[in-house]
Amino acid sequence: MHVSLRDVTRVYPARAGQPAVHALGPVDLGLEQGEFFAVVGPSGCGKSTLLEVMAGLATPSAGECVFEGKPIGGEVPDGIGVVFQEDASFPWLSVYDNIAFGLHHAGRPGPEVSGLVEYALTFMGLRDFANAYPAQLSGGMRQRVCIARTLVLKPRLILLDEPFGALDQQTRLLMGDELLRLWRETGATILLITHAIDEATMLADRVGVMSARPGRFLETVATGWPRERDSTVVSSDSFGRLTGRIWTRLRAESLRALGHQQEAR
Amino acid sequence: MSVAGLLRLAVIAIAVGALELLCRTGVIPSLTAIPPSAMVEGLLRILQSGKFTADIVTTLRNVAVAITAAMLAGIAFATVLQSLPAVRRIFDPLFAAYYAIPMYAFYPLLIVILGLGDLPQIAIGFLLAVVAVILNALNGLDRVPPVLLKTARVHRLGAVRTALKVRLPFAAPYIFTGFKLAVAYSFIGVIGAEFITSNRGIGYEIAFAYNNFDNRVMYPMILLVLVVVITINMSLHHWERRLLERRRRS
Repeated sequence: MHVSLRDVTRVYPARAGQPAVHALGPVDLGLEQGEFFAVVGPSGCGKSTLLEVMAGLATPSAGECVFEGKPIGGEVPDGIGVVFQEDASFPWLSVYDNIAFGLHHAGRPGPEVSGLVEYALTFMGLRDFANAYPAQLSGGMRQRVCIARTLVLKPRLILLDEPFGALDQQTRLLMGDELLRLWRETGATILLITHAIDEATMLADRVGVMSARPGRFLETVATGWPRERDSTVVSSDSFGRLTGRIWTRLRAESLRALGHQQEAR
Repeated sequence: MSVAGLLRLAVIAIAVGALELLCRTGVIPSLTAIPPSAMVEGLLRILQSGKFTADIVTTLRNVAVAITAAMLAGIAFATVLQSLPAVRRIFDPLFAAYYAIPMYAFYPLLIVILGLGDLPQIAIGFLLAVVAVILNALNGLDRVPPVLLKTARVHRLGAVRTALKVRLPFAAPYIFTGFKLAVAYSFIGVIGAEFITSNRGIGYEIAFAYNNFDNRVMYPMILLVLVVVITINMSLHHWERRLLERRRRS
């Protein structure tokens, strides 16, 4: 297994008169090297907490998370890249310098940095904006800068927390195609957190359906797509069947998360 | 230039013109004030003669030292304090009350501790400026979005590199506001201190000329202070605008 989680639980301790919050788990999950795994679940079910635990940004309250044979705990291991839901571009740096940020800090030589950044600018459609600052870009373009900044480091495990949330539907589909191409080229393992069931179904080898808080995996659905695939899978019959199956599983949980327990029964 | 800018210029021109007229017609006696044209002429004469060059250099150097020390100490202190919430809770009320203290009241103590040289003036400039730097730097550091700090962790930056590469650059516009205040407070501190604790510098020469009814030196020296401070302020304003333009959402 490239990444494995065993009985991982995350409880936020009580503070300032607020009770403790059991946000996640126990969760068991194993990701094969080069697998594309998507996680869908109701709002507030602990999806982002799961990602933070896997990234080493949060320590599990119980259980163990292992990446490439080594336990993750307290700090981000080498080889993991994370794209967050929020805008994480550095407003004081140009698009070029934002993308080069991690490469500079990894001590990569100048010519290698410029080569990788130039390539990233091209494949992310940011070539004309290399010298622009994030404030001059749309939300979607800023997110592309953040994705490029992560991908140029060629991480072996890429954790994506709703990275396309700020993009319009067409751009999401195209960015999904780009992500699939990069996934095939790099051989990285990907975990994608998303609200969008169609996006998860289109992109992933397997889709994990999570329960309302505390988040647990209710079911894992294998999509059965070939590795060579793109956004045209949305027009296939099985795409509709898979999406329907995931939604059927998720509907009751989403209602529960919204506080409609009565309706869910 | 904008309409507001033109109006501002017109108001200043009318005020200066009125002062010129009142002085030239004797409504304002020459022992009270001299005409603005005579102030400019006197300033050019002073600068050409080089009589006060050493004083001007001393004051500007002391102000520069006070600003630099306040910026370095203020930013470093704020960065450390921001990462220690328990210590910060001790300091916050002290910062709130700080500017209620009349700093010049300590000048005898500063002379006893630091001697009769330039250090007491620099110390007063520094003490007036440093807390403005700390408060503005803290304000900026408090606003760093958590996602940027998570990004720093993902890139495995340690505490020092995170401060230098993420926290402080994000807080730069706020630190710049602190810098502008540091410039103003340092000028106030150093020149004010020269009035009472020094035997050289622009402040000392203004006080000396005042005590000797020498308006032909006092007013040109006051004009010099105004020209220097306004020039620095306008440059900083221009610089700040460029800095903020990069960050302003279009």
